[in-house]
Amino acid sequence: MTEKITVALAGNPNVGKTSIFNAITGSKQHVGNWPGVTVERKMGKRVHNDVEMEIVDLPGTYSLTAYSLDEIIARDFIIEEKPHIVIQVIDATNLERNLYLTTQLMELGAKLVIALNMTDLALAKGDSIDISKMQEYLEVPVISTVGSRGGGIEGLLDAVTDELRKTRPTENIFTYDAGIEKRSGEIETILNSDPYFAHYPARWFSMKLLEGDESIIKKAVESDRYPEIREVLDKTDAYSLESRIADQRYRTIQTMLRQVCNINTNRLSGSDMVDRVVTNKYLGIPIFLSFMWAAFELTFSFATPFMNMIDVFFGWLAEAAANAISIPWLASLVGEGIIAGVGSVVIFLPNILLLFFMISLMEDSGYMARAAFIMDKVMSRTGLHGKSFIPLVMGFGCNVPAIMATRTIEDSRDRLVTILVAPFISCGARLPVYVLLAGTFFGRDAGLVIFGLYALGILVALLSARLMRSTVIRGEDTPFIMELPSYKLPTLKGSAIHMWERGKIYLKKAGSIILVGVVGVWLLASIPAPGSGGTFASGEIYGTTNSVIGFTGQLIEPLVAPLGFDWRIAVALVFGVVAKEIVVGSMGVLYGAGEDEESLSNILAAGAMTPLAGLGLMVFTLLYVPCFACIGVIKRETGSWKWTLFQLLYGTTLAWMLAFLVFQVGSRTGLLA
Amino acid sequence: MNKRTLDQIEPDNSVKVLKVTGRKSSRKRILDMGLTPGTRVDVIRRAPLGDPVEFRLKGYNLSLRKREAETILVEFVGST
Ligand SMILES: Nc1nc2c(ncn2[C@@H]2O[C@H](COP(=O)(O)OP(=O)(O)OP(=O)(O)O)[C@@H](O)[C@H]2O)c(=O)[nH]1
Ligand SMILES: [Mg+2]
Repeated sequence: MTEKITVALAGNPNVGKTSIFNAITGSKQHVGNWPGVTVERKMGKRVHNDVEMEIVDLPGTYSLTAYSLDEIIARDFIIEEKPHIVIQVIDATNLERNLYLTTQLMELGAKLVIALNMTDLALAKGDSIDISKMQEYLEVPVISTVGSRGGGIEGLLDAVTDELRKTRPTENIFTYDAGIEKRSGEIETILNSDPYFAHYPARWFSMKLLEGDESIIKKAVESDRYPEIREVLDKTDAYSLESRIADQRYRTIQTMLRQVCNINTNRLSGSDMVDRVVTNKYLGIPIFLSFMWAAFELTFSFATPFMNMIDVFFGWLAEAAANAISIPWLASLVGEGIIAGVGSVVIFLPNILLLFFMISLMEDSGYMARAAFIMDKVMSRTGLHGKSFIPLVMGFGCNVPAIMATRTIEDSRDRLVTILVAPFISCGARLPVYVLLAGTFFGRDAGLVIFGLYALGILVALLSARLMRSTVIRGEDTPFIMELPSYKLPTLKGSAIHMWERGKIYLKKAGSIILVGVVGVWLLASIPAPGSGGTFASGEIYGTTNSVIGFTGQLIEPLVAPLGFDWRIAVALVFGVVAKEIVVGSMGVLYGAGEDEESLSNILAAGAMTPLAGLGLMVFTLLYVPCFACIGVIKRETGSWKWTLFQLLYGTTLAWMLAFLVFQVGSRTGLLA
Repeated sequence: MNKRTLDQIEPDNSVKVLKVTGRKSSRKRILDMGLTPGTRVDVIRRAPLGDPVEFRLKGYNLSLRKREAETILVEFVGST
């Protein structure tokens, strides 16, 4: 019989918890060099020394007093679910602040194992840490690890199984001054006599009360004994106590550190030198903007040869299918439906790979937090929070994790505004629409047009935030306190893995939801409309107004006619709500790409659409209703249908107005005609 | 005359924290991050647009807005 236990990975943000989680469980959870990558708990399994471990990766937290949702998730898991073992991952280059959490985990009485991570960096920096002394001092096992390379993991797991057999010493190694100890003793006596508090260790609970932790006080208020507790608390000076407790914890840590390690305080590190340039007063903003521009330029120009290869492949496939299949409707399904539809989406795989490659460079290097530092002032002007920046940048990849990442924002109104404007940041799924249309109509300037769309998305997000902040979601400025991690050289392997993972997701999407979507479009394009008298999938009705799709498309066409869109686009936009790539996929099906091995781009360029409508369509796709997955996550994270609906209506109205403006101004002035 | 608030310190100077004042929620967070009395803080740089400001303490780098820095009473130590 194997034993089953739960092991939590806890620690400060950005110390390598997820790297260690991935190394233990073989998962590929998101790792990045900024605080706040993980915002929900992730589970994985591992059997070691006959013990079946459920490993739980938690968001990072600086203290067991939680401020933001991600920290609350971490704190609650540790105090409510009581994992058998807590592995605290510690950044060896930043011991003092990391051990602050250790003091609290010890007060909590958790069975602790310490993973002293990033020991490679500490070594390179010239620090020396006496691990056995540290172990002796803390009375918990300390294992040296290098999470990113999987170093020390077996030893860490051995320590976990060893620790299971041991009983933890109950006396506290962290003590405070006599005044605090006296009050804590009094409170502990009250807590111990009331079964209501039995779930929490008395020492930890009383220290949290003395620290003035609001959520703990709230818990205490529910008890009948609260008046007695209040009486003790009232005898203290809460204001100074808060500072005294933090101070004394840090002092204990300093005393210990003086004995166990020798830290090289030679100040100018590589990170500092990089920062002198990238956050320079004059260079900082130009560097940020050129980096963004280069990223988008590269995703477009670098990808072209690979796109041509994929295009040739699908052309060949369509021809082979046409020759091999003799049943007309089946040939149409395969050729005009599946190959044209899925093909017109898969062709953008190179763009997606490059986009995520660039994003991963930004994420792994540590530049992300710097960009937030540089742009905070801009953010605060628009009424967004400094911490809104990183979620918005993540949105360039996909809006869903971006909205999840808002969990790091402490104030609920700051968070709500960020969620509502996040969908305006142009995600990877919208990129195919731009690459197709900009590439078709704007030739050499395509890169610039795409950059313009990204910029428009950012502008709309910021202005909308400003608008919402001064109308429906008012509230004062909240503090912005952010750690700036040291730079790490992104590894080619890390970036390649990240890129490949995202590429796989894209291909899977093409093979599942997009496939279903385009087959649905094909089907509706093949069924004759009532009264049209055509036959299924016949040449006369396929994709015309005599098909069901054309018939209903015509009904909604008046809604988008002022934007210069015809019914095919109206239909593509409706299906695009399922996933934005389907806009392109449906157009592939409806404009008959695959037929005559002609690419969708050539068909459009040949007159199926005007450049002006093309530009309007890009703007509309950027701003209108986000995809299903995104709508779902907006609902879940705001917890409100009202706000979700607000986002959809607001975005779609804006999309309509701007596309209208593009088309009307453009056709009147004769630009792009 | 050595007492000032942290936001008034120019980059490339070091200070010692005397006291953290301010609103309850931000005060506790600031203390948790290690800005306890006696801690030495180096002012590294202001962001290109003037705010926030980057500090170094306890071996790591932290960014605070001026508004938060205003709540931290410090004593001048020297230039770095
Ligand atoms: N050099 C070095 N880098 C590491 C090590 N462990 C992790 N990293 C890097 O440190 C960064 C943070 O790693 P994560 O695993 O995302 O950290 P986390 O603790 O899960 O972070 P949050 O989820 O934000 O709290 C990444 O860039 C990793 O590649 C290590 O032992 N040595
Ligand atoms: Mg993580």
